[in-house]
Order: sequence, then structure tokens, then C-alpha cells
Amino acid sequence: MKRFAALYDAIDRTMSTNAKVAALAAYFRDAPPGDAAWATFFLTGRRLKRLIASASLRAWAQEIADIPEWLLGECYAAAGDFAEVVALLIDALPAHAREPDVPLAAWIHDRILPLAATDEAEQRARVTAWWRGLPRNERFLLNKLLTGEFRVGVAQTLVVRALAQAAQAEPTAIAARLMGDWTPTADWFSSLMAQAHTADPSRPYPFFLASPLEDPPETLGDRSEWLVEWKWDGIRAQLVRRAGEVWLWSRGEELITRRFPEIAAAATHVPDGTVLDGEVLAFGGGRPRPFSALQQRIGRQRQLAQIMRAVPVVFMAYDVMERDATDIRTRPLEERRAGLIAIVAHDGVLRVSEEVTAPSWDALSALRDESRARGVEGFMLKRRSSPYGVGRRRGDWWKWKIAPLTVDAVLIYAQPGNGRRASLLTDYTFGVWDGDTLVPVAKAYSGLSNAEIEELDRWIRRHTRERHGPVRAVDPVQVFELGFEAIAPSTRHRSGLAVRFPRMLHWRRDKPASEADTLETLKRMASLNRE
Amino acid sequence: MQCTVSTNSTPGTFGIMSALITDSVSGLYCSAGDFFVDPWQPVARAVITHAHGDHAHAGSEAYLCAAPCEPLLRRRFPDAAIQPVPFGEGIDLGGVRVSFHPAGHILGSAQVRLERGGEVWVVSGDYKRAPDPTCAPFEAVRCDTFITEATFALPIYTWDPAAGVIGEILEWWRANRAEGRASILFCYALGKAQRILAELRGRTDEGLLRGDAASAGQGRVLLHGAMAGFTDVYRASGVALAPAERVGEHARGRSLAGTLVLAPLSARGTPWLRRFPNPSIAFASGLMRVRGVRRQRAFDRGFVLSDHADWSALLGTIAETGASRVLVTHGWSDALARLLADRGLETGTLRTAFEGELGELAAVDPEGT
Ligand SMILES: [Zn+2]
Ligand SMILES: [Zn+2]
Repeated sequence: MKRFAALYDAIDRTMSTNAKVAALAAYFRDAPPGDAAWATFFLTGRRLKRLIASASLRAWAQEIADIPEWLLGECYAAAGDFAEVVALLIDALPAHAREPDVPLAAWIHDRILPLAATDEAEQRARVTAWWRGLPRNERFLLNKLLTGEFRVGVAQTLVVRALAQAAQAEPTAIAARLMGDWTPTADWFSSLMAQAHTADPSRPYPFFLASPLEDPPETLGDRSEWLVEWKWDGIRAQLVRRAGEVWLWSRGEELITRRFPEIAAAATHVPDGTVLDGEVLAFGGGRPRPFSALQQRIGRQRQLAQIMRAVPVVFMAYDVMERDATDIRTRPLEERRAGLIAIVAHDGVLRVSEEVTAPSWDALSALRDESRARGVEGFMLKRRSSPYGVGRRRGDWWKWKIAPLTVDAVLIYAQPGNGRRASLLTDYTFGVWDGDTLVPVAKAYSGLSNAEIEELDRWIRRHTRERHGPVRAVDPVQVFELGFEAIAPSTRHRSGLAVRFPRMLHWRRDKPASEADTLETLKRMASLNRE
Repeated sequence: MQCTVSTNSTPGTFGIMSALITDSVSGLYCSAGDFFVDPWQPVARAVITHAHGDHAHAGSEAYLCAAPCEPLLRRRFPDAAIQPVPFGEGIDLGGVRVSFHPAGHILGSAQVRLERGGEVWVVSGDYKRAPDPTCAPFEAVRCDTFITEATFALPIYTWDPAAGVIGEILEWWRANRAEGRASILFCYALGKAQRILAELRGRTDEGLLRGDAASAGQGRVLLHGAMAGFTDVYRASGVALAPAERVGEHARGRSLAGTLVLAPLSARGTPWLRRFPNPSIAFASGLMRVRGVRRQRAFDRGFVLSDHADWSALLGTIAETGASRVLVTHGWSDALARLLADRGLETGTLRTAFEGELGELAAVDPEGT
């Protein structure tokens, strides 16, 4: 596991994307294929079924570190991660002789998976012995693998890029073969590297992702070069029609065919050898319904017929990547779209996402203001000449979303939270400028990490100006970016505004309080965003 | 018994009859000797444990400190009346015998021992037990009441030996140098920066610090201006440090490639940082023990190097003093006090105005200028 732990550290220790890819590629090149297969499994976000509850690890660590439970809780408050707390606690104990290194694949097959067949006492004996024999970073990773919480700060596209570098192959080929079901074995990894292409008929293509448009649309040049569609608020999905069967894949690479039988049925009319990209959307009365409606269709498998009637769905198709069993992703969008319209109708369960034809950027801008009312999130802008790429590549596909509701506000009051947080100041009140006074506009409780909450708590205690019962007025220094669902005029609030579901998005340490937003700005938002 | 004392309260005695030290609005006060220890407001007579900003405040009429602390204190308060006292030497203040004993925290850092009528109190100030080439090692002093710091008083805080950490810093620096990048190492301006320089000096065999013509200035160590003054005081006090120059006013770009630059955290996000080509950013602090803290602040690297006692050093030290009463201040004082109370000691917590190393990451860095 040493090599895998070193890879984890290398990724964890740099903020540079290129350095991360280089470390990954070196690992994939040099590690034994069995290890590399498991590393690919974990790095692409797949998980072992949780073998041991995090609570058991905690209890064992607490026993062998010989500390009371409340002290373990304090440690968690400082570190915010039990796998790490456990790894750090063991450090204080006398070290055992270091074991010789066991490769990652052997760890999984010979040690971790067999735990499932043992009782708790045996699990405790084995795991605590491993802890004592491993260096800290491997101990931390072991905990993450055991509890199924392994996560690494690297995007899937970077893993694909690194695998492609190691295999000297195209990222698209790698990405396609990482989709769907595979078992992490040495053979599988060797064949991935060797490019042995045994095509699996269900295999979807990697999704091409749009980037958020930050500049005005005019910067994109001539309006006529762009295909514009509404941005739907559903589940991005690929419909694969091959070998006489239908598969529906979500972007999370989950097969969701069975949840949406009406889509699967409609897709049998599509010619064999076709792959479509689109959106599964709750749809009723001729218009899209909110994502929350669609959520009723996810996860629920029983009483399907009933819920199908209550929440009808459509597959809003916007691209075709394979036609007549031929990969046409490099053909220009305009040509692919003509093909799409030949296959898919304008209504029914399978339908084409219509083009928005407003002739100028200005006209589009005006139309975009209707987004909330139409139940969409804005526009998708796609260059008519663009190929269907892989992952998020800036330039050809943009999402021009309606402005998110965010404001920079100053922390003005704090008070203790409830329950587990009662010892900390976690209920915050934020204000914005009205002239030279700060008017309270929102209360928020969530959005900060544990470490940030601790740090802010310490800061508040040192910068309390006045106390009114449990409420502390603090120096108006700390600026936070707040996000909220809606804002509307209100007579019940001092600010004249009511915000719905505010939460903290970022601690803006870079921003002086003087640069926080004004009440005027919020009032403008309220008038623009009336629903 | 556990009593919690807050500085917002009126002067208190921790519920202790005949306390040698009481808590007051200005800080710890010894009424028998009429002096304060590390007061945070101007007073007539201030006994100072060490020169950090959260312990030595300006404006008092007279200061008393350990002899090696004097030049640092003088640098901070040029016109103050400062009386240095050699380590271990007792002086009489109103019938209270006061002496200073090494705390091993930074140059001149001391524990203050107070004795009257056979009763002994020790105020630890900040301390550590790990070896540090820039200051005298901590000396355990027997006492009845021990006032201890608790900056890192959680069992997750265990320090690896400094030699290994310095090795990691050198390795990081070498990798950056190979790529023509500058290595910016944020650290406390007083104490930590000089400790790193002293540790680096012992590693000149690494061949990095010569800065000769052949390496075209690569391998130089540079200092942010805010650190230069304290570093001069260390050198003048006879502490051997690796060579390091101030970052030149107009130096920028390629001439700074490959350098290791020590800077206070307050320099982060300032235009000063822009002069360095593609810098790698690291932070040396006990706080870096926790991965989440490092990642949230987007440091490329975190080096766990602290000038405070770790968990086992705190517990070990408290045991060594033989104290039956322990009052706790700084950082995780509640946790330490609660644990000691569970073990049958008489305890209490004291709140402080600032919190040393823990305050480093706060919006206001008490020492960064
Ligand atoms: Zn200090
Ligand atoms: Zn301190």
C-alpha cells in the first residue's frame, strides 16, 4: 500500500493539475496491474461496500488510545474527519515494528474483503494490529477504505487523462472503457492499457460537459454560429440502443433504465446502433416540472406504476453520438443535429430539445429573464461546428445560467447552536450596508466546515462587542458569501426583505467589510427575481 | 473541582483561599508582590514570560524578564524600563521570591516561579519539550499550583521530531528549485522563523545554502522584512543561524527562482507575493497536523513544526511539576482542564485576549505586520 499512499500524498500535496496528472500517470505506469486496477477503481469514485462502521473504528481507537469519549469528540471538532482522528491518535502510542509492505491488491483481497466473514472481536484484533504496524498516511487510507469513505481531490477527467498518458492512448478510448461495469483485476487493467478493444454493447460515451459562461454572450461572436437550447433541470442521461436492447445511463454512470420504463419502451423505436445524449425530465401539462418532482422517480422502485402516472417523464434528446453503429462525435454539431431530428420526434416520450431561435444576443437576454417562469435554468449555447468532446473543455459548449442569488454580507451577531453544537457559536446573523450601518438580512446555520466553525468561534469570542443574553454582537469584519433560494419584499423584516433558505457558501477572507453588498443591491435582486 | 474563570469577570481568586496569583481585568495579578504576569493592559510592574505579542504588551511602567528575553523586548518597546534577571536567580518583590526558568518556547522564553511562605506557583507561559537550537531547554520546576498553556491540548497533536520535518522542508525546496520555483514558507515571525534558520544551518552539508556563483543564487534563503529585525536580535544574542538576507526592494522574477523565503502569514494575498515566480506555498505550524486545515487554506504543503508542547508533553510536564492544582490557558484549555479534573486534580481555565499560534490563521494575526 506504500505506493498508493505515496500517490495519495502526491495528489494531496499539490494544487497544480499538471502535477496531479503526472503523479497519477507515473503510478499507472509503474504499479503492478492488480494494484493499478484497484487504484483506478477508487480514484474513479467507486467504493467497496462499507465493511466496518466508522463508529466501530472510533470505539476501538478510543479504547487503545485510552481516552474518554468526550475527548474523542473534541478531537473530531478540531479535525473534522474521524478516519484522520483515528490515524493521528495512534501516533501517540509506542510504535510497533513496521510490517513489510503489502501491495494494494493483496490488502484488498487477502485482508480487507475477508473481514466481512469475521466477527467484531476478530475485526477489532486485526484492524488495531494493522494500525500499529502501518505508518500514519497508510493508516489513514486504510480507515478510509474500510469505511467506504475514500475520496481524493482529483476530478475524474484527470484520472482519465493520466490513464491515457500511461497507456499512450486517446482519453476518449479510456473514458469509454471506464464507463459502466468492470471488475478491478490485473487482467482488466492490462487490457485497458493494451487497448484490447472488446466492445461492450451497453457502453456509453463519456459525456461532453458545458462550462459556465462568465463573460457577456457578445464575446462569443456571431449569434448565428451558435445553437441555443433551454437548459433543462433534470437528469443528464445517455440512451444506448444496440444489439436489440436499450440502456439508459445517468451521468453518475448509473444504469437507470428500469426506473424509467416509458423511456426504455419508446426507445425500442429508435434504430439499432444509436446513442443519444439528453435529459430525463419530469414533464406535465406541456411544460417541465421542478427537479423535486423527478426525485420521486429516483430511488423508488416499488409501486412504480402508480408513481409513473403521478410523475410522467420525457427524454429530451439534444445530441446523437452514434448513428448506424458509427461513432459520429467528430462530425459537426449541425450535422449531428440533422441526424437527431431524423430519428427523434418533436413530441412524445422521446423528443428533441427544441432550438431557441431568438435572432440576437439581446433578444436572447430578454428571453432568458423568463427562465424561472418557464421552469428552466437558462440557456445552453453550443457552437454549430463543434464536435462532441470529452469532459469539460472550454470553448464550444456553454451554460448561460440565470444569475444565482448570492450576496456578500458581514457577520454581525452570533449565538450558540443547538444539540451537539451547543458549546460553539454557530448561529450567525449577517448584515448588508444601508448607508453606513449594517442592516440584518439573513440568519444562517450551515455551510461551514467543522474547522471553520471552530476558528470562527474562537474569533467571535475574541471580538465580541456586546452581549445580549446568548447573543453576541461582534466586530463587523468577517465577510461571507451567502447563497439563497429566493428573495422577496417583506413588511415583517427590518430590512424590508425576506430571503429563503440562506446558507454560507464561502468565507470571504479576502474581502474587507466595506466591500460587502448594499441593501440597494438586494432590493434590486428582489424585484428582478419575483417568481 | 473545576472552576472556570473568564477575563470578563471581576477580579477573582479561582475560588482559592490565599491565592498567590489572582485573575484580574488586566491579567494575572500577584497582590502580595503587587505585580502582573503577562498583563494585556498597561500596569505599574509587568513580569513577562516571553516577547510574543499575546504575552508582552506595550505601555507598562516597568518590565521584568529573563535575561535572554531582554533584547527582544527592547526591540519591541525601545523606550521601556526593562530589568533583566538571569535564569534561576531569585529576586524579592514585596516578600514574594520571583525567578525565571527556561520554557524552551523561543529565545528568552521563561516560566515564572513565585514563592511565598513555602507555597510555590509557576506560570508556564508558552513552552515546549522538543529540543530547539535557539533557546535554553525547558526546565521542570516543582510547584503547588501550575498555570499551563494548552494551545495544542488534544491527543491528536503529537509532534514528529523536528529533524524529520526539516528534512521534508529541504526536500520540498529541492523539488521546487529543480523546477525554477520559489518556495514560500509562512511561519511565525518571532521564534519559528529563527528556529527554522537554526535548523537549516545544521544542514549546510545539503549543499543548498552556499549561494555561490555556480548555482547563480539558487539555494539562497530570504526573509520577509517583518522578520529581519527579530532575526538580527537572535544573531546578536549569539544564536547561530543559516545565512539569510532580506528580500530586496526591487528583486522580482527570475532572480528569485529557487529561493526559500520565510514570511509571516499576513504577507499572503498581498502584492508582495506577486514578485515570486510560480511560488509553491507552505505553512509551518502545529496547526498543519490536521489535513483539513491545510486543505481549506489551499497551502501546497503543511509542515508540522510547533513551538508549543504536544499532548503527551503537556501531560508529562504537569505530572513532573507535582502540582496538585493546575490552571489552564490558551487553545484547548477546556479539554485539558476537564481531563485533569477527571484525574482528580483541582483545575480551572483562564481566558486570554489572544491565542498565540492558534491565532495565526485568524483574520487578525497578532504578530504579523
Ligand atoms: Zn508564545
Ligand atoms: Zn502565547
